[in-house]
Amino acid sequence: MSESISTDPFGGLDTTSTAVTDEQLLPELVAHLREHRAKLRDEWARRIQEAHLLEAMTAQEMAVETTSVYDNYVEVLETGSVEALQQYARDLSERIIPRGVETHEVVGIVLLLRDVLARSLFEKYQRDFGLLNQILDAYEPAANRIANTVAVSFVEERERVIRQQQDALRELSTPVLPVRERLLILPIIGVLDSERARQLTEQLLTGIRTHRAKVVVIDITGAPEVDAVVANHLVQTVDASRLMGASVIITGLSPTIAQTLVTLGVDLSKMNTIGDLQGGLEEAERLLGFTVTKEEGSSQL
Amino acid sequence: MSTGPALFSILRQGQYLVASVHTALDDSQMLRLQGDLVEEVGRSRSRGIIIDVAALDVLDSFGTKTLGAIAEMARLRGATTVIVGIQPDVAFAMVQLGMGTGAVATALDLEEGLAFLDDTLALPSTVRHGQ
Repeated sequence: MSESISTDPFGGLDTTSTAVTDEQLLPELVAHLREHRAKLRDEWARRIQEAHLLEAMTAQEMAVETTSVYDNYVEVLETGSVEALQQYARDLSERIIPRGVETHEVVGIVLLLRDVLARSLFEKYQRDFGLLNQILDAYEPAANRIANTVAVSFVEERERVIRQQQDALRELSTPVLPVRERLLILPIIGVLDSERARQLTEQLLTGIRTHRAKVVVIDITGAPEVDAVVANHLVQTVDASRLMGASVIITGLSPTIAQTLVTLGVDLSKMNTIGDLQGGLEEAERLLGFTVTKEEGSSQL
Repeated sequence: MSTGPALFSILRQGQYLVASVHTALDDSQMLRLQGDLVEEVGRSRSRGIIIDVAALDVLDSFGTKTLGAIAEMARLRGATTVIVGIQPDVAFAMVQLGMGTGAVATALDLEEGLAFLDDTLALPSTVRHGQ
């Protein structure tokens, strides 16, 4: 049946073509796309180049990727299952995202492929509108689903990368550093918002336990401002540290922050504060019973 | 007062009592801990009490209040109390709910608690840890 339609352009009269079902049309469609694979793929690659998409990729990479996208595309049309394509799109995204490929480019090339293939179908079935309509009815939903799948996979992959980077940044943003036995320092650089403050508390308290710290010096020289919520959070962190058997020394309160805190009326009477990090470390060493002495005449510098 | 098996154990370690809480205590078990400890302090003539709450992943306001009460009662009976092993999450939750342990001493773990009591009570080394 399908053979008679594809070989005889005049055979597809309305009465006969309406009897053709999707199940028969799709294999025919796929066979057509497989048959003209090289030509259509080249046409697609040319359109991509014309549209200045994916310029970050070399010609060789383009050839490889367009071929596999094309094959995946046809396979989805054939099987109707997008799972393999999803996996492929995710892998592809993982490879091209670091190269700076944007969402519009990825969506653009998939839509171009959809158009190139649709054009070839127009060309093939131009003499029989009834059949063309049917072919497009079968083709369009599948093609749109593919475009959707690829775009969603790409965006998901990009969001995953962003989340991963955010986590990495967040972990770096509040380092807990052991400087002497049972002495930790926590330098805070940058604006302390409530999310960072929460994370600081978590890292500090677990740090106290893992390092068995007795004294912690929190240096906020690098924090430009502190609001009431964060200040209260700091006070709570200090109290919680005390419950875990560690005393906290806060150093480097800037004039602005000192004025803000007092104006806001944050109760800092229980906080042990010292002017700068050096003074804080000296006080911490005193609490822990360390004495640092400078040997005369032994300087290596 | 609750009956059945106790969910904590009280061990004598020289001049100190070590109360180790095994799992979350309900109010009646908490009161049982209080009663047992205050009684045991007199019986064994202890100078210090260590309450280890490391196994607790939650400590409610009643529990916190009772720990404070135990410390005060023990003080009246001649012993210093130190709470050890408060988990990070528990510590922060307690502070957020506005329930510190008040004037009760706290330490990281059992070892730190023993060292704290040794320092505070300044016992001669011969009687330390019951040697």
